[in-house]
Amino acid sequence: MTNEVSAQAPLQRAAPTAEKVVLRGLNFYYGKVHALKDVDLSLYEGQVTAFIGPSGCGKSTLLRVLNRMYDLYPGQRAEGEVMLDGENILSPGLDLNLLRSRVGMVFQKPTPFPMTIYENIAFGVRLYEKLPKSELDARVESALRRAALWTEVKDKLNASGLSLSGGQQQRLCIARTVAISPEVILFDEPASALDPISTAKIEELIDELSGDYTIAIVTHNMQQAARVSHYTAFMYLGEMVEFAETNAVFTSPRDKRTQDYVTGRFG
Amino acid sequence: MTAAANLYPRRRARNVIWTVLAYGATALGLAMLTIILATLLWNGFGGLSLDVFTKNTAPPGVVGGLLNSIVGSIIMTVIGLAIGAPLGILAGTYLAEYGANSRLAVVVRFINDILLSAPSIIVGLFIYQLLVVTVGHFSALAGGVSLAVLGAPIMVRTTEDMLNLVPNSLREAASALGMPRSLVIRNVAYRAVASGIITGILLAIARMTGETAPLIFTALGNSLFTVDPRGPMSALPLIIYEFARSPYAEQQRLAWTGALILTFAVLGLSIMARVLSASIKQK
Repeated sequence: MTNEVSAQAPLQRAAPTAEKVVLRGLNFYYGKVHALKDVDLSLYEGQVTAFIGPSGCGKSTLLRVLNRMYDLYPGQRAEGEVMLDGENILSPGLDLNLLRSRVGMVFQKPTPFPMTIYENIAFGVRLYEKLPKSELDARVESALRRAALWTEVKDKLNASGLSLSGGQQQRLCIARTVAISPEVILFDEPASALDPISTAKIEELIDELSGDYTIAIVTHNMQQAARVSHYTAFMYLGEMVEFAETNAVFTSPRDKRTQDYVTGRFG
Repeated sequence: MTAAANLYPRRRARNVIWTVLAYGATALGLAMLTIILATLLWNGFGGLSLDVFTKNTAPPGVVGGLLNSIVGSIIMTVIGLAIGAPLGILAGTYLAEYGANSRLAVVVRFINDILLSAPSIIVGLFIYQLLVVTVGHFSALAGGVSLAVLGAPIMVRTTEDMLNLVPNSLREAASALGMPRSLVIRNVAYRAVASGIITGILLAIARMTGETAPLIFTALGNSLFTVDPRGPMSALPLIIYEFARSPYAEQQRLAWTGALILTFAVLGLSIMARVLSASIKQK
């Protein structure tokens, strides 16, 4: 494990880079419930941004706006601007499937598809590219390597994805996401259903993926936010209370609510 | 103390009475089933021979079998399945994946529930009017269609129920890869509950194979061997109905044998369906 690196990385990489995703005046409604209120935020290219806050504060909702996952459900709508490389992803004419190929997502509960380990990854790749078998094999292998799963599964690629342990399943889901080369990866509490060792592996993985991918992660675990992220956004009751470099949010928060939350006084 | 002392024996007595009644009802049901199966075996097993499967139904006095009826049953069930399964599975998919609680879906679901319990003779009469009267003669095709009308609602129901078991998280995960809706359903949702959907198909086959009433008005029956769906065709339930009322002993025996074959075929399908659905619940 590369503990020293992951501990220091956020400080080293904190120099601001290009803005990959910019949110301006984002409002979100579940029917009549106003879940996100005038949120402004930037995700920086190749950086990890953590969303923290008590349950129901809107952090998962925010994440689900970024790949328009909410579109699956009628009655949910977003207003405002979400610019991905300068293009508003909330505009009605947008090709959702194309957007989701650029903005991948890993969920709280591992969700392997009911197929073989190999197919779990090859399936997504085939959606976008027609590759000869040998190239597809190589792509599957590199995705599994990227997710630090290759050595554990290389001899049983034809076993069901459901036969893996929870932590392995989650890494399979990360491999599946990485395999289609997105630009942004959204993690929705990716380790909250996992044991500490699997959690450490996932965190290490996120650290390794940053740089190549712009990453947003929702977490309930503040130590996790402090460990993996370069930037942290604290949300409360649908509002973006504070957004700054992770170090600043945890050591010298500007807002009283942020301070109370990160010091464990509520939430 | 005295109140409790009074209540307790009465409660115990009531408990005993209800337990005895419940066990009694179960025993009665099981006894009926056992008696039916035993009677079938007793009367039908003796008639089982190679002739049953190689010879056609014959007039009294000639050694006959059930070949044309068995083949007819299979053909009409296949026709019913070929029409009913796509309809049933697609309609079930609509209800679970697209319709949800929309007005149309609610209406379709309600009508399907009515069809599920519709008397099969009504279905037979309906198809008779639609496909026999207009064409001018009975046909296996009309028989197959009437079986489809009976089988499809079962598949609609099971497909919808099964797809509702697919967790939304799985659909979201597939959508998050940029998979279009139809692919999510075909490649992820169907796969996740494949054995459940197959169970529904097996149950529908069991229902269709055992139906007599809709075939009386549609396939009519045929003492000759035929595989032509445009003409009348024999089927096991039809021949059981016919031979059971026959005054000739050998025909009556064939009716028993046919009933035995039919019952155990349906029983086998039901057991297969049970085993499959048990395996899906374990996952």
